[in-house]
Amino acid sequence: MKKSIQELEAIRNKTIDHINLRSGKGGYRVVVGMATCGIAAGARPVMMRLMEEVQKNSLVDVTIAQTGCIGACRLEPIIEVYSPDGSKVTYIKMDEEKAIKVVADHLINGKIVNEYTATTIDGKVVDPEMQ
Amino acid sequence: MRELSLHINDIVQNSIDADATIIKIFVKEDIEKDNLVIKVEDNGKGIPKEKLDVITDPFETSRTTRRVGLGLSLLEAATQRCEGSLIIKSIRNVKTEVVATFRYNHIDRAPLGNMIDTILSIILSLKENSDLIYEHHYNNKMFTFDTREIKSIIGNQVSINQIEIMNWIKEYIEEGFSNLMEV
Repeated sequence: MKKSIQELEAIRNKTIDHINLRSGKGGYRVVVGMATCGIAAGARPVMMRLMEEVQKNSLVDVTIAQTGCIGACRLEPIIEVYSPDGSKVTYIKMDEEKAIKVVADHLINGKIVNEYTATTIDGKVVDPEMQ
Repeated sequence: MRELSLHINDIVQNSIDADATIIKIFVKEDIEKDNLVIKVEDNGKGIPKEKLDVITDPFETSRTTRRVGLGLSLLEAATQRCEGSLIIKSIRNVKTEVVATFRYNHIDRAPLGNMIDTILSIILSLKENSDLIYEHHYNNKMFTFDTREIKSIIGNQVSINQIEIMNWIKEYIEEGFSNLMEV
């Protein structure tokens, strides 16, 4: 095995330093819908791409998690981006390319990518065509 | 689902929803015996007896968003397509296991697919204080991975979900798999 435990320990120590550097403000939390519907629609590569992009850009404050069915299977893969203030943006019909753009625009620059967002009516996610 | 690894993602989500603290994935590829076994075992709340008989019925589900659940039905169909079977046993709050068997060389058997992404995405979805054990047999060789071991090294201050840690895990598993498959 080339991957050594020492290496993991070094990464841990570096990560602790990173955590100490953070000023206490929480970062974005990205949640990917990964129930049967999401997985079948291609949620996993989207999630893996998000992880790669977050790492590539050293976004230490961003966490990525997954959840079950968000409730609008026909619009999967769906991801939700929670801001530190608790507000939520829902992106629908995601793919790897869109994930790259969401990381670059939303997570890095705080600019919501409007063309990928869902339309909600009475708290329910509906097709974007239905305005 | 195009890959069996995606089915595993799906089935493990059931374990997570059942509040399991230990989830074990077991994969055995025995090419000589023309046999592939995938087993997911957990210590979650389990499945009541009356539900077990109808569990692969698409109109049986514990989800609340709607009354259709396809996960286990799709996996059962994937096994039956290649002369395999799906067996589910459950002792409530003790042990629940889903065992899928396949004829390894059957033309209709879906490829195992990207198990690395399966393991990584499962780690990301684990609740705090729950762990994943992965065991993969390939003919006579074996690869294992246990999040409890990782956690004992990284300690309490760092979460296993940290991207840097996940990256190490990814490389570790990649290396494990390449050792497993080499002749």
